[in-house]
Amino acid sequence: MNETALKELLYKMADDQLIIGHRNSEWTGMGPLLEEDIAFSSMAQDKVGQSHALYQMLHSLGESEPDTVAFTRNAEQFHNCTLTELPNGEYDFSLIRHFLFDTAEAIRFELLTESSYAPLAQLAKKIQGEIRYHTMHANAWIKQLGSATEESVNRLQTSLEKALPYALGIFEPSPYEQELIAEGIFAGEEVLKEKWISRITEILSQTSLQLPDLSTLKPEFGGRTGQHTEHLQPLVEEMSEVFRIDPGAEW
Amino acid sequence: MYGGGNTFESAKFEGLENEDPQKLAEFEARIERGEKIEPNDWMPQMYKKQLIRMIEQHAHSEIIGALPEGTWITRAPGFKRKLALMAKVQDEVGHAQLLYSAAETLGKSREQMIDDLIEGKSKYSNIFNYPAFTWADSCFISWLVDAGAIVNQLANARGSYGPYCRALDRICAEESFHLKYGHHCVIHMATGTPKQRQMMQEAIDRWWGPMMHFFGPPDKVSVHTEVLMKWKVKMASNDECRNQFLDMYVPKIWELGFTIPDPNLKKNPETKKWEYTEPDWDEFKRVINGDGPCNAERLAVRRVAEERGKWVRQALLTPKTKYVTPLA
Repeated sequence: MNETALKELLYKMADDQLIIGHRNSEWTGMGPLLEEDIAFSSMAQDKVGQSHALYQMLHSLGESEPDTVAFTRNAEQFHNCTLTELPNGEYDFSLIRHFLFDTAEAIRFELLTESSYAPLAQLAKKIQGEIRYHTMHANAWIKQLGSATEESVNRLQTSLEKALPYALGIFEPSPYEQELIAEGIFAGEEVLKEKWISRITEILSQTSLQLPDLSTLKPEFGGRTGQHTEHLQPLVEEMSEVFRIDPGAEW
Repeated sequence: MYGGGNTFESAKFEGLENEDPQKLAEFEARIERGEKIEPNDWMPQMYKKQLIRMIEQHAHSEIIGALPEGTWITRAPGFKRKLALMAKVQDEVGHAQLLYSAAETLGKSREQMIDDLIEGKSKYSNIFNYPAFTWADSCFISWLVDAGAIVNQLANARGSYGPYCRALDRICAEESFHLKYGHHCVIHMATGTPKQRQMMQEAIDRWWGPMMHFFGPPDKVSVHTEVLMKWKVKMASNDECRNQFLDMYVPKIWELGFTIPDPNLKKNPETKKWEYTEPDWDEFKRVINGDGPCNAERLAVRRVAEERGKWVRQALLTPKTKYVTPLA
């Protein structure tokens, strides 16, 4: 088992879940209707919980405790894709991001249920079951708002175009892509991306939204190697504000 | 989370003489027998008005209460606290959802209620007009403000209006987990580093006044109050609730080695009642009427959320949509 390759994969997934979970939680008290506050909070809890499980797996491979890893690193030490760290913006942007990101992660964990690394395959089965509800939520809202009023369609279209280059950044190839595929740990970013395109196309075709030609877009890479937008460091500082008062203390 | 203190101040009490005396007598007899009143049952206008007001204020308190704690979700130290606080604040928003539905059974829509809130026409629990400066403040809220709310809500759950009672039963069950979470947080602060202890003591010092205000000023004995008690709309006096809270929680706070900023606070062994320095009721009135440290901020946040979400709500409405009586 190529442990370096495995850890790289686990870190980026764990960081994705933590950062998107953190962003989702920012909707608490701020949603367009109470039901959406509650829905985003549920998804936030799932995702943060999933990140914890992945950090726990890393810990079993010799990395630090989940709290230390999550609450003491700086932005450049995170491997999440930049899509997850972008501010929530208006509901249309959060919804589009939720749709694009969660569709990808649903497929990622589906693929990982076949992983040759048994603990990961097992965890992926559990996570897959949780994420199914997240994509159901995203799809329901995309279909509803994506063909409702002129304003809702325009807003979603604008956000879709804004988010897509970052969404393509989800699939930034790992330096260990070949090893992961060869060892059967993960099917690889390219396979994931192809499946993702077909799934988002299927949902978007049921709305008035237009998916631009993805081959003309320049993916926003960098997140996987710690090169982030200016939005991640403030997020990390906020997240660890209390923890850093005394990292040795029990809170 | 909700305190009873601001509910009974300004609802006008009139029109009782216009009610059908026979129906009124039957209504009162049902309540006397311990029956619950359901949405389609006959009820005096005053009962309905008072309940809408009370449930609506309770619902508003839940969503406004989510704000001071919500700001600590993104700062919660460690996975355990982060996950628990998210779930806790989510519960509070869920309580608002339940309560707005309960109030809607009496004929006022959620939209109207929220409009009244953001236009400043409707009140919410005064304690949320104070800022949560540190993590310790959020611990205080989760433990002691929720504890106060439970005292209040358990009393109201024995009331006469079915949908409100059922909502409160469920709310109290959830609040009891919040209380455990909050207590756990405070214990960790109490047994932690000197810095943690200091943070917690400072939070107690900051929040004690608002906490004493939480249950509202001593009730004026009036015909109004007597009728509401007979109708089981008001189930316990503000002072009774405050005393019960002090009885349950002051010893626990002292046990953790913290002090309470009131030199006169003690239990009278003869009357078994707590004695304390009257909190500043002028401040209470000032804050409740809009001049508190966070009133403007809280309503502004709510207003922005409503404004930004308008297009979503509009997009959900189609001409075919029909109003459905909520099942509370």
